[in-house]
Amino acid sequence: MHLDHTHDGPAAVSADAHRIDGTRRALRIGLGGPVGSGKTATVAALCRALRDELSLAVVTNDIYTREDAEFLLREAVLPPERIAAVETGACPHTAIRDDISANLEAVEDLEDEVGPLDLILVESGGDNLTATFSKGLVDAQIFVIDVAGGDDIPRKGGPGVTTADLLVVNKTDLAPYVGSDLGRMAADAKAQRAELPVVFQSLRTEAGVADVAAWVRAQLSAWAA
Amino acid sequence: MSRGALLVLADGRFPAGGHAHSGGAEAAVKAGRVTGAASLGDFCRGRLHTAGLVSATLAAAAVLGVDPVELDAAADARTPSPALRVAARKLGRQLMRAARATWPSAELDALAREFPKGAHQPVVLGLVARAAGLGAEDAAYCAAYESVSGPASATVRLLSLDPFDATAVLARLAPELDLVADRAVEAGRRVVDEGVDALPCASAPLLEIGAEAHAAWAVRLFAS
Ligand SMILES: Nc1nc2c(ncn2[C@@H]2O[C@H](COP(=O)(O)OP(=O)(O)O)[C@@H](O)[C@H]2O)c(=O)[nH]1
Ligand SMILES: [Mg+2]
Repeated sequence: MHLDHTHDGPAAVSADAHRIDGTRRALRIGLGGPVGSGKTATVAALCRALRDELSLAVVTNDIYTREDAEFLLREAVLPPERIAAVETGACPHTAIRDDISANLEAVEDLEDEVGPLDLILVESGGDNLTATFSKGLVDAQIFVIDVAGGDDIPRKGGPGVTTADLLVVNKTDLAPYVGSDLGRMAADAKAQRAELPVVFQSLRTEAGVADVAAWVRAQLSAWAA
Repeated sequence: MSRGALLVLADGRFPAGGHAHSGGAEAAVKAGRVTGAASLGDFCRGRLHTAGLVSATLAAAAVLGVDPVELDAAADARTPSPALRVAARKLGRQLMRAARATWPSAELDALAREFPKGAHQPVVLGLVARAAGLGAEDAAYCAAYESVSGPASATVRLLSLDPFDATAVLARLAPELDLVADRAVEAGRRVVDEGVDALPCASAPLLEIGAEAHAAWAVRLFAS
């Protein structure tokens, strides 16, 4: 039996899989990666792909504006009450890794106010290659890089590229224009990540976010099991 | 009391959300009131003797067993700016979460039930200190120190101020921190006997006005 004291009070603490009423909480997936790599665009595409089959919500972590949240609102990918913005005090990596309290509050409030939810996507404020999500905040994380940021990023590694549950190499449509060698990126990613999955995508093409959406669905089945 | 527990609670890295708040420094920097180490020192001294003293007394009184619901209402009455009340409750809720995981206690669970969206941070801080086995003086020190350490570290980020200079500002305030903590404990004892009207109400109008303006900015680095 689970006698965790934290279930007595009104707020569950970080990683607990159940809410205080005993129901299973939503799966939380983090999206990290450098500024401009396509995190918000991927979140928007995932919302469009999944919103008819799942109950979902999004938390954004902007660095100094509410731009990401406002983009998602403008694009109307979800009703406004399903999008929450967290302010990060100039340290986006702190808010997703070292001090996750504001993000935990945002996910809890979303579950309270628009739940029950199946899935919450947490987008980090774009940061450097070392920023990863705490296990207390998310159940799985996607690291999004793009081909225009330099095709040596997979080779350089770093915690995001090496350990994320899914590595997304975005904007493959731009590869010919920026001279990025996709084959080399794939080989380098394989060397860094061994069996961990990598998806190459272009949100400008027909297939779009389909592979990432399929990966998210698989995570959800595993979580619900 | 355990001096070790005090260090854990007072550590700026204690994960209770403080890193996203500037304690009014961002508004003061924008208004040109804080431009370097000297004006940061003045700003911190002002904050310590006003908001810092009130917070420290609330925390001390909470440790001494004064009803947190009454203290929370008294904190509201001493915080004219709605933006600051929201920030104080947010930080209180975040501290409650961190503390319930680090120092589990029935009292903190009860407080969380009473204030699911958070009580004023200094009130929560007092009950956290109790849960950690600390005394009124410890809680007062934590509150007083936070009232200046937050703005100092925020100013390092806002002005790219030399971090050594910012830390020296804090070190030079140490004797005044002692003084404020002493006063807060004394006032906290009076609150036990005379009720919450005995709490100091030293307000800093520019902090309140600055916080309201800041909350309306479209682009800012800090939540408050
Ligand atoms: N060409 C191209 N542009 C993309 C793709 N995905 C995103 N973008 C664009 O890249 C820019 C940055 O994307 P955004 O999602 O805001 O990046 P974030 O900072 O990681 O959230 C935007 O102008 C997007 O429209 C893609 O697959 N191909
Ligand atoms: Mg973004």
